[in-house]
Amino acid sequence: MRLTCTVNGDRHEVDDVWEGESLLYVLRERMGLPGSKNACEQGECGSCTVYLDGVPVCACLVAAGQAQGREVGTVEGLAGPGELHPVQEAFLEAGAVQCGFCTPGLLVATDDLVRRSRAEGRRPADAEIREALAGNLCRCTGYEKILDAVRLAADRMAGEAR
Amino acid sequence: MRPFTYLSAPDVTTALRAIATEPGARLLAGGTNLVDLMRQDVERPTTVVDISTLPLDEVQELPAGGLRIGALVRNSRLAAHPAVRSRYPVLSQAVLSGASGQLRNMATVGGNLLQRTRCPYFADGTAACNKRDPGSGCAAIGGFHRGSAVLGTSEHCIATHPSDMAVALVALDAVVEVQSLRGTRRIPLAELHVLPGDTPDVETALDPDELVTAVELPALPVAASSRYRKVRDRASFAFALVSVAAAMEVADGTVTAARLALGGVAARPWRAHLAERALVGAPATEEDFRRAATAELATAVGRPQNAFKIELARRTVVATLHQLTTEGGAA
Repeated sequence: MRLTCTVNGDRHEVDDVWEGESLLYVLRERMGLPGSKNACEQGECGSCTVYLDGVPVCACLVAAGQAQGREVGTVEGLAGPGELHPVQEAFLEAGAVQCGFCTPGLLVATDDLVRRSRAEGRRPADAEIREALAGNLCRCTGYEKILDAVRLAADRMAGEAR
Repeated sequence: MRPFTYLSAPDVTTALRAIATEPGARLLAGGTNLVDLMRQDVERPTTVVDISTLPLDEVQELPAGGLRIGALVRNSRLAAHPAVRSRYPVLSQAVLSGASGQLRNMATVGGNLLQRTRCPYFADGTAACNKRDPGSGCAAIGGFHRGSAVLGTSEHCIATHPSDMAVALVALDAVVEVQSLRGTRRIPLAELHVLPGDTPDVETALDPDELVTAVELPALPVAASSRYRKVRDRASFAFALVSVAAAMEVADGTVTAARLALGGVAARPWRAHLAERALVGAPATEEDFRRAATAELATAVGRPQNAFKIELARRTVVATLHQLTTEGGAA
């Protein structure tokens, strides 16, 4: 099939896509966007988390055919070229990155959490952060620094326009 | 993953025609269970019929006061729906207790009902499993069965139904609407899943050509005071060891209405009619709650690793009902 979808705001057309391959494969191998990582391939680890029509999903479980005509947002689209998103800055400053493999998925999941909380005019409570990131596994088990980073990002983004 | 033909169904009729004519066809909605099982070579569809864009994603008010939930409503949307949160809080809680945020954003109501067991032997192609390979035996009996069922099992299968959502729905008297080219029929959710008996591979009352199109909830005043309590090995993203969906009304210290269902302990979402009968008309005390739970669990069969679930279920019922009497429902 010819897959047409919007990725990070740009329209992409890719030919010779098998509808049954995963959206993750399309992003990484056909569109040159290797930021989303391929690990468990069963929706357990969250390292392939991307936005699909505005909500975070596991790209490894989305069939390419299901992405037809839809809007995808990946970690590469969080900030402009050469820039860092406040969530990315917070992860760096808090030391929330070890091997880095889970980081792209955590960044997208954190961005979603902080945006949703901000839309309700508040910052996420610790219990909420833990639940929101339950689908993102860090095998370096650096969770405490990740929680620090999410709190820092929530503080910084609280003042921004919605 | 084995190659397959992919068909994106533009309308319900196309989907129905595909599953009626193609024996190896499987319906794809959220993909959170089917795709996983295809990667593990447990599911081997020759045709995948993608129904994810069909217009079955609305939550609508019913004239008699209930709700009609389209089969393709995503779990996260269902849990957040204001009518669900206020009138059926147990349902919202149950959905939010399952999976992760990413998976709830993908998974659908219909897919949640029809998801397969998470018994490890079902997903292990080298193990005996009567569900996956009829006649091969049950590796869980005599093997690792800490998570297995204690109610509704047979000597051929002791797998649990893994859904949280379905436990709340069965307590709420939900009805499933099913379509095929032959017409539309309605099945009480309590009858959708069938017990394993000597055919564990037959999991539902659906025919191969049928598509779940909606779930209907009746108007149920008692459901406004309802809760879901889930006991598991970690605080999030784990299947239930035991779960309880409960709704209850108490007047002058006496239970006047009760709905109760159990998860994590049974071959299907387990409506606890025996316990309900014991509860209604009895005093709303922990002693009576315990008696009701005991009545329901009288036929439970524990094995060396999972016998703890029987007492855990009893205690979880008591704790959930006690919380309902002291704090009321919550979403």
